[in-house]
Amino acid sequence: MKLGFTLAEEAFRHECAAWLEEQLSGPFRAIRGVTGLVACVEQRLEWERALGRARWSVIGWPARYGGRDASLAEQVIFAEEYARAGAPGRMGHLGVELAGPTILQFGTDAQRERFLPKIAAGEEFWCQGYSEPNAGSDLASVRTRARLEHGPDGDEWVIDGQKTWTSLAQFAQWIFVVCRSEEGSRGPAGLSYLLVPMQQKGVTIRPIRQITGEEEFNEIFFDGARTRAGYCVGRPGDGWKVAMGTLAFERGVSTLAQQMRFRNEFDQLVAAARANGTARDPLIRQRIAEAWIGLRIMRYSALRMLSGGREGALPPEALTYKIYWASWRRRLGELAMDVLGPAGEIARAEPYEFDDLPRMFLASRSDTIYAGTNEIQRNIIAERALGLPREPRGDR
Amino acid sequence: MQFAFTPEQEMIREAAREFVAGHGGADRLRAVLAGSRGYDPGAWQALAVELGWTGLAMPESADGGGLGAVELAILLEETGRRLFMSPFFATSGLAAALLRECAPPGQQERWLRPIAAGECIATAALSDDSGQPGAIGARFTPDGSGGGRLEGHASFVLYGDIADLVLVAARAAGSQDEEAITLIALPRDTSGSTAKRLLTMDQTRPYARLVFDGVRVGAGAIVGAIGQAGAALARGVQVAQVAFAAEQLGGAFGALEMTVEYSRQRVQFGRVIGSFQAIKHQLADLLVACEAAKSAVYYAACTVDEYRAGTASARDLAEAAALARCCCSEAFMQCGAHAIQLHGGIGFTWEHEAQLYFKRARSAMTYLGAPDWHREQIARLIGLDDPLPATAGGTR
Repeated sequence: MKLGFTLAEEAFRHECAAWLEEQLSGPFRAIRGVTGLVACVEQRLEWERALGRARWSVIGWPARYGGRDASLAEQVIFAEEYARAGAPGRMGHLGVELAGPTILQFGTDAQRERFLPKIAAGEEFWCQGYSEPNAGSDLASVRTRARLEHGPDGDEWVIDGQKTWTSLAQFAQWIFVVCRSEEGSRGPAGLSYLLVPMQQKGVTIRPIRQITGEEEFNEIFFDGARTRAGYCVGRPGDGWKVAMGTLAFERGVSTLAQQMRFRNEFDQLVAAARANGTARDPLIRQRIAEAWIGLRIMRYSALRMLSGGREGALPPEALTYKIYWASWRRRLGELAMDVLGPAGEIARAEPYEFDDLPRMFLASRSDTIYAGTNEIQRNIIAERALGLPREPRGDR
Repeated sequence: MQFAFTPEQEMIREAAREFVAGHGGADRLRAVLAGSRGYDPGAWQALAVELGWTGLAMPESADGGGLGAVELAILLEETGRRLFMSPFFATSGLAAALLRECAPPGQQERWLRPIAAGECIATAALSDDSGQPGAIGARFTPDGSGGGRLEGHASFVLYGDIADLVLVAARAAGSQDEEAITLIALPRDTSGSTAKRLLTMDQTRPYARLVFDGVRVGAGAIVGAIGQAGAALARGVQVAQVAFAAEQLGGAFGALEMTVEYSRQRVQFGRVIGSFQAIKHQLADLLVACEAAKSAVYYAACTVDEYRAGTASARDLAEAAALARCCCSEAFMQCGAHAIQLHGGIGFTWEHEAQLYFKRARSAMTYLGAPDWHREQIARLIGLDDPLPATAGGTR
């Protein structure tokens, strides 16, 4: 057990920092510090391509797919420098952090060759087809159906159904979809994990306006949508295992980048508290210190998780990670509003544009819902880490 | 950077568990509680001399094993887990840490060697009857011979009545803060010094109150230099905070594990109570707190090692220590409190161990600073009181 970096790793840090600084004070200065979910989209898509060209997009991946085979320490360093430089939120994160690692682990060589280089290059963007109107926390009850059909150009999957809460679908060329491929199956059995092109007439996107006023997530309707038979990740019927594998990647190195965004939010909150004098209020000071503690704990726990390797069942530090950060950020939003006082409740501009901190207060309400609600997380922790009995189902 | 235990560290933990299982446990604990010493001399002999734990993390210059703060934290976590009663923290976690910070190399060995050899039970007398951190009740007046006279009192001295060596923090009359603090190594039975054991709510960690009535202090008993101990003492206490946090962490896990075990056995309404979400979710939240505390303790322990190696700053040490104490105090208190609640009536009885964990959690929480105090230290460290820049930012 040891902290700290070697001289070679510090040299790598300089290399990342220099490139980021050059780009973000030069061609990409307009999007430095952009945090909105769907702000400056065109420039941020161009930024993804620039990252890809310079091979900074997916440094932990094998070099043959556009990565650098970077070590854990190097990935930690890059995440830190990325945030320190004020680089914008990753438009490509669903491909880079979820679809890509899933294909890398569970996919065939042909799937890797087809999809990974284009994710790495920022040429293809992804979205996630998991939740449905009647399959939220109970994800295994998805109803979207897929059947194999023989066609003139080979076999194809034909998909019918509906997905919802699909972030960034409006910018995506591909979606990974969990769907029921075995007629009459129930629960986790009989599901398949399909990679489906978005630009086709069987796919309809309808934006959903959310609590912040932004339209970042969407409903997706599949009406005879098609994809190649070979674009099923894992064997047909084994989709649940692959889908759960994808969720595990949400606890990967991307958590470090996320923490850096949190750090920027925390710094804004402290600046606001010092500017309006609430930083001298003993109760606010305690809560700011507590927020700082949480921020550091997330870093330490992430380093534990990442140092621990990937074999076997998730260790307790990984199982407790999601509820920890989600609850932390929700409290940070509440603290931000208490620091700002009533002034935080006044919009900055039409139609419903708020400063970063009040917007974070609203946005953070989703943190304890998506990727497993706090309530589901507690079940998972109790059952998998503490060995307590599983929840009974009402329908079986 | 590798934030995971090495195989050697895992072996130390295994050995520690074995030792505590053999020499600790509920029955042995009851026996020690029934006696007057507050520890089992046979078990102490085994721990300190046969296993050499008091020397394990000592520098080789003091004939120690040369291991670090992480290994010490592992041992303390395991003794804390079963509320093992011994002066191990007082000796190796507290007194040794103060000596290493306050006495220069060359001088420190004369006190560290007997500790490392398991021949000396040591402790520290740091606060007055208020028990508040930094509130020193002992006064030292130099007499021009290199020594001087010690007056006043010290309380909350762990094992202060049986220790062979007590490190007494004393200040010049009328001085404040860190100025004019002298650390004195007082052997047992020094003329003019009397110790009386206090009747404590938590009976698993004995405190004594020491009175100094014109104690003659020779030049050889001054640790470091007269009036110069302040800053080094503060750092030494921070190192000790990390060791103490590790012991709290063990207590938190011990209380949680006991409660989880009970909830898997106890049947009501025809089900084990651990199958109810009302219970599962509380236990899950406790594990979240424990895992956060574990991340904090081992990061802080690594920071102690880095600080000693010169690769972490005094500020890093101060923050890591305060953070670990906040997390561990709260995790232990929550686990102790829930141990009683979730055991129901039996948890409220004198016979049950739940009350012992609860009381230990409470006394540990306030020792060397309650969480509010540590959070205030963090608030200062992160710059809440720094002067505002000329062009103050912030929102409105």
